[in-house]
Amino acid sequence: MAHDAQHYNLDQKFEFKASTKKSIMTVLVIGAILLGIGIVMAIFGGHHEEGAEAGAHAFHWYERLYANLWINNVYFTGIAIVGVFFFAIQYAAQAGWSAPIVRVMLSFGNWLPYAAVLMIATFFLANHDLFHWTHSYLFDKASPEYDKIIDGKGAFFYWPMAKGTFPVFYIARMVLFFGFWVFFFNKLKKLSYAEDSLGGSTSWYKIRSTSAYFIIFFAVSSSISAWDWVMSIDTHWFSTLFGWYVFSSWFVAGLSAMTLLTIFLKGQGYLEMVNENHIHDLGKFVFGFTIFWTYLWFSQFLLIYYANIPEESVYFIERLSSDVYGPFIFVNIGMNFVLPFLVLMTRDAKRHGVFLKLVCTLIIAGHWVDFFLMVQPGTLGHNGGVGFMEIGMFLVYGSAVALVVLGGLAKGNLIPKNHPMLEESYHHHI
Amino acid sequence: MERDTNFVLGVFDDEDVLLHAVEEVRASGVKIHEVYSPYPVHGLEHVLGYKRSRLPIAAFLFGMLGTSLALTMQFYMMRFDWPMIIGGKDYAAFPDFIPVTFEMTVLLAAFGMVGVFMISSNLKPWAQPRIFDVRSTDDKHIMAIDIANNSAMDLAKIEEILKSSGASEVNKKSFE
Repeated sequence: MAHDAQHYNLDQKFEFKASTKKSIMTVLVIGAILLGIGIVMAIFGGHHEEGAEAGAHAFHWYERLYANLWINNVYFTGIAIVGVFFFAIQYAAQAGWSAPIVRVMLSFGNWLPYAAVLMIATFFLANHDLFHWTHSYLFDKASPEYDKIIDGKGAFFYWPMAKGTFPVFYIARMVLFFGFWVFFFNKLKKLSYAEDSLGGSTSWYKIRSTSAYFIIFFAVSSSISAWDWVMSIDTHWFSTLFGWYVFSSWFVAGLSAMTLLTIFLKGQGYLEMVNENHIHDLGKFVFGFTIFWTYLWFSQFLLIYYANIPEESVYFIERLSSDVYGPFIFVNIGMNFVLPFLVLMTRDAKRHGVFLKLVCTLIIAGHWVDFFLMVQPGTLGHNGGVGFMEIGMFLVYGSAVALVVLGGLAKGNLIPKNHPMLEESYHHHI
Repeated sequence: MERDTNFVLGVFDDEDVLLHAVEEVRASGVKIHEVYSPYPVHGLEHVLGYKRSRLPIAAFLFGMLGTSLALTMQFYMMRFDWPMIIGGKDYAAFPDFIPVTFEMTVLLAAFGMVGVFMISSNLKPWAQPRIFDVRSTDDKHIMAIDIANNSAMDLAKIEEILKSSGASEVNKKSFE
């Protein structure tokens, strides 16, 4: 049989046009302006500082800025690493259908080095303002603020140093995870692009084994990073499925981002090989993992609600009974489960770009809300909320990620032209 | 001539030949009654021009039925029939109902779908399926053509078309 996939222009490169750059920059500037307005309002707003009167520590405007930095650091790191993870899954599972879009998935990893720098910098900048456990008096038995529970968990942050000094173990994990993620991303990228000139199936076998190692590492690191970066904010509280919950949130947001990018590239006339059958598969992934996220969210909620143990239910009481966060719990469920579930249920909706574009955009915004609900109640309490600062910061991060990802994508061929399963993908029909 | 009684059968040995034969036979204007094969032939329903199954609609409706039955049942039992305080919650504690609601939705959607499928594809328990050729359960693909449905065409012509499109045998079959 003739090689039908060869009828297409497989040497096509994504050209990062000035017009596309300009529109992304416009969004970035709008975001920066909103962020600026938000900061000015927070500095001169000043009505929320009742905390000072009550004797607790006073609330400063920059705490909200740090919380916003942290939300977006965690969220976009997740989207970036999920791109690499989904790429690795394709090879480990020996999937054929996805051959022309594997580089779209991989391109999200380009954000990882930036994310690493931003995350570590934000941690040192924000420190006490985000993480309660960084206060040294919590570990001092002589201090009136001595906290037995946090003292018990202290070694997880500070080992091998004394508790309350410098969080060596915590920082080491952060550096290690980012280090290995960037290492695996670079290795996979190198192997994938080397295949274009080498041909044959050796590259494919190498990518498959590297992917398998990466998946093992990611299985552990994704969970631990969720405890470190998100769950440790509510230091007393813990949930055993939190790692999976954060992973599922990252995964469905990442899948939506990949689907949007694929549809965008198709709209620009690239990826001719990709037809509605491939889009359908991506749609099924988005639909399926939307339900997976809901399953985990609800499993966490129902058990805590049903058992009603005070140290567990405080997490949801803090959110549900708050004027600031209460409504967002329902916004979260509506945006991330109800609407995607109903809209993407039919086959046609998963095959046509219009519905997918709508739902994927909704999910990307919706899972930001999910992370907002994980981070802000524990750091800002009643001083948080969604305002100019939140929207501005999200737009700034989102457009920066878009610039980096598209810039990375433009560097090589869009389609791995010597992928051994390209032919299979061409005949993919569902 | 009565419908559904007299058939011309084309017997095919190979699925590739069958797929092309279906296209050729349909292109020549002959209406195919049904094709029987020992295993699912990929793309056969496509060349036969079958529309997509409407089974998902039945699944959705039965699922909705399950959802509403489960919620009604639990609200009635827990709020009106025998109110009990469990775990300090309200009588009608909605989150507690979700697991049962989910299970009922899945159960009714599955049962409903199987039932509808059985009825619509004539697999109901009291159905008496007609055997066109027993070899369609072994190694032959059987293309059945209802003669009454193709009365505009000469019988010899139909047999000719079947032969030329690759049928290894052309037989006739009549039912009472």
